[in-house]
Amino acid sequence: MAIMTNTENEILPPPSERSTVIGWLVNNFFSPWYNALLSLIVARLLFVLLKGGLTWAFTDARWAVVPNNMRLYLVGQYPSAVEGQIDYIWRLGLCVYLLSAVIGFTWGVYAKRKEPVGFVLLGIPVVLAFIPLLYAVFSTLENAPKTNEAFATALQILGIDLIALTAFWLGKWRGARLQRYALMLWILYFPVMLLIINGVGEEFEVLDAPLAVIPTRFWGGLLLSLLLAVSGIVFSFPIGVTLALGRQSRLPIIRSLSIIYIEFIRGVPLISLLFMGQVMLNLFIPGDVTLDRVIRAMVPITLFSAAYLAENVRGGLQSISQGQYEAAHAVGLNGFQTMTFIILPQALRAVIPVMVGQFISLFKDTTLVSIVGMVDLMGIAKGVLANPAYVGTQREVYLFISVFYFIFSYALSYTSHRLEIVLGVGER
Amino acid sequence: MTVHKSEQQSIPFWRDERILQFLSQGIALILVFAVVIILYNNMSNSLEELGVPLSLNFLKSTSSFDIGESLIEYSRSSTYLRAYLVGVVNTIQVAILGITFATILGVIVGVARLSKNLLVSKIAVVYIEILRNIPLLVLLIIWYTGVFLKFPGVKDALTYGPIVFSNRGISLPWGIPTSTFTTFRWILIFGLMVAGVVAYVLTQHGKRTGRMPLVSFWSLITFLGFLLIGWFLLPEVPLVFDFPSLPETGFNIEGGRTFSSEFMALLSGLVIYTSAFIGEVVRSGIQSVSKGQVEAARALGLKGFQTLQFIVFPQAMRVIIPPITSQYLSLTKNSSLAIAIGYPDMVHVYGTIINQSGRAVEMTAIMMATYMTFSLLISAIMNWYNKRIKLVER
Repeated sequence: MAIMTNTENEILPPPSERSTVIGWLVNNFFSPWYNALLSLIVARLLFVLLKGGLTWAFTDARWAVVPNNMRLYLVGQYPSAVEGQIDYIWRLGLCVYLLSAVIGFTWGVYAKRKEPVGFVLLGIPVVLAFIPLLYAVFSTLENAPKTNEAFATALQILGIDLIALTAFWLGKWRGARLQRYALMLWILYFPVMLLIINGVGEEFEVLDAPLAVIPTRFWGGLLLSLLLAVSGIVFSFPIGVTLALGRQSRLPIIRSLSIIYIEFIRGVPLISLLFMGQVMLNLFIPGDVTLDRVIRAMVPITLFSAAYLAENVRGGLQSISQGQYEAAHAVGLNGFQTMTFIILPQALRAVIPVMVGQFISLFKDTTLVSIVGMVDLMGIAKGVLANPAYVGTQREVYLFISVFYFIFSYALSYTSHRLEIVLGVGER
Repeated sequence: MTVHKSEQQSIPFWRDERILQFLSQGIALILVFAVVIILYNNMSNSLEELGVPLSLNFLKSTSSFDIGESLIEYSRSSTYLRAYLVGVVNTIQVAILGITFATILGVIVGVARLSKNLLVSKIAVVYIEILRNIPLLVLLIIWYTGVFLKFPGVKDALTYGPIVFSNRGISLPWGIPTSTFTTFRWILIFGLMVAGVVAYVLTQHGKRTGRMPLVSFWSLITFLGFLLIGWFLLPEVPLVFDFPSLPETGFNIEGGRTFSSEFMALLSGLVIYTSAFIGEVVRSGIQSVSKGQVEAARALGLKGFQTLQFIVFPQAMRVIIPPITSQYLSLTKNSSLAIAIGYPDMVHVYGTIINQSGRAVEMTAIMMATYMTFSLLISAIMNWYNKRIKLVER
């Protein structure tokens, strides 16, 4: 297509997209007069808040309460080395290593090209490894760790990366042929992890063996929060899928039973279910059997999560076009086969992003177990504040907890968002 | 799929889909009932062993515990039922106020998120991201212990104008009813009814003539007229304003109305938390209105605010209402976290009653039923509203 131009003079330059610094400022902050006023007021407010906050953080705040109790925040009362006993924390370390191996392996099997989010994931342990080092070097507290101890800790943290990379190359080497094994590893990981954390045989107080049973009353902190959230999602998965199918069913009684369950659970707050678990669950069991406290929290969380998961899965089921059902019938599959081989795989794939979101909110909701007296991350915070040495440090402790939750949830949602793109999850 | 009649008769019953469906439903129903009955039996057996068989009679016995704040009359000698009602009313109070303020703040956050002012929109993004990624319980406790309890004591409370901040709570100027207040209230109710009639008549008139008068303006004027007439014509002023002041002696703020720290922390915590979620809902609603609508409105000569009021918001509402309903529901359910900071809502009173009477099963059932009622009520109201705005639009 030829552009007709007679003289050079008639050609006007295109309007400039770029502007000067002052132009950019005026456009974005001061353009009509009320925006300028708004900017000034907001900037002033921000200044006052930041100044107050930072002044407090660098002068008045007593941050020692955070690093001194770090182990409590992470694993609660999980038994440590006392009087020649074994420090059982190695079992939790093993779980982390196994997890990194499984993630690395899956990544190697599925990833087709390099992805920046992979480097972000690998970067997390590197950043974490610096924390004990910096702490050992710069801390002025009397019980700060020595440099060589901190160095060992840092190396242990970096081991996560090493294992993940090894597993990654292993997966990469064989590639797509190992896809089935990757899935199996994930299914195996959860029971193995529970077994390692719980242990086998006698209790550790009776028998000081490396794999002795550690009763659930010693589980706490982040460990307990994560366990409750993960088991809530894992156990609620089969229930939730069944409920979703029930709600979509053509059979009126099954449909109404599912609807009653889902709407009932969604209509009451989680805390009421937790109370029910604490005060009523034991009554439902015949005889003098007393359920474990962690299980009494796990059951309501699972029941709660199942109803929400059912609604998410229903969204996935509704996104499958009618043609898929018809095609399945046309090739001679019966109803059960249609569901297992055609509909559910597609529906579940479509809702993985939503389920990550549900996991994040469930992880946040597990804080409620601290109200019924359990020592998850929030409960540990309460416990630390009850220590007379740390009176009046509520702001420090709870700020640390909320920063922790923020980083965790934000990182999870960011990673999952990137992973959806990398692995093509949710695309059909 | 049509099945021929003769063929249908030849199908044996174990392959007849209708019979199979009937049977499977029957089995499912029986299974569910069996589980429920077994659980119920176990429960009543264990309760009888404990010596507290199921009954609701305990609700009539004396509670003999105090409740910090109550909107209805309550004392230690009231019944458990009364105590529970106090909790219910407190929950309703927090829920209604919370929903109102969270909506206002949420709309502001949502609009700020879309502001052309870079500073404002970035702050809105940070606000939303922070609040969506920390647990509500942590927020509430940080808010309560880190802010409201750190206000100075009553003796040297902070005073900003007529408002007094202390670690007992926030005190506001408040009207004290005088002897004529009851009459005044009846006048107001009558005025409200007349305003309703005015609105109806004007709407009908507008429909008949095709020129809609300013319905809300005129009905508001009517109501205000009644208010002013009542205020000035009555022999005594119906309300006397009372300002809070620091005490000379004693430990309580004098005058005004003091809202306790627990109440204020719960309310503002819930409002701040929910406003982040409502902000996202509002933003997506506004963004769902196509750009052409705004451009067309500008082309017709509507101004910025008019465009929002008449073009963008009515269309965005359709997208906003369903998700905002679920936010209202979660705010109401989340108010149960009051127990963590000691505001006597339903769950808090429930916990106290359980400790006092040992009637865990009955109370749990009652509490869950109450929350279900609230949820169904809010859903019903919002569904009604949703239908209404849909009708108006099409």
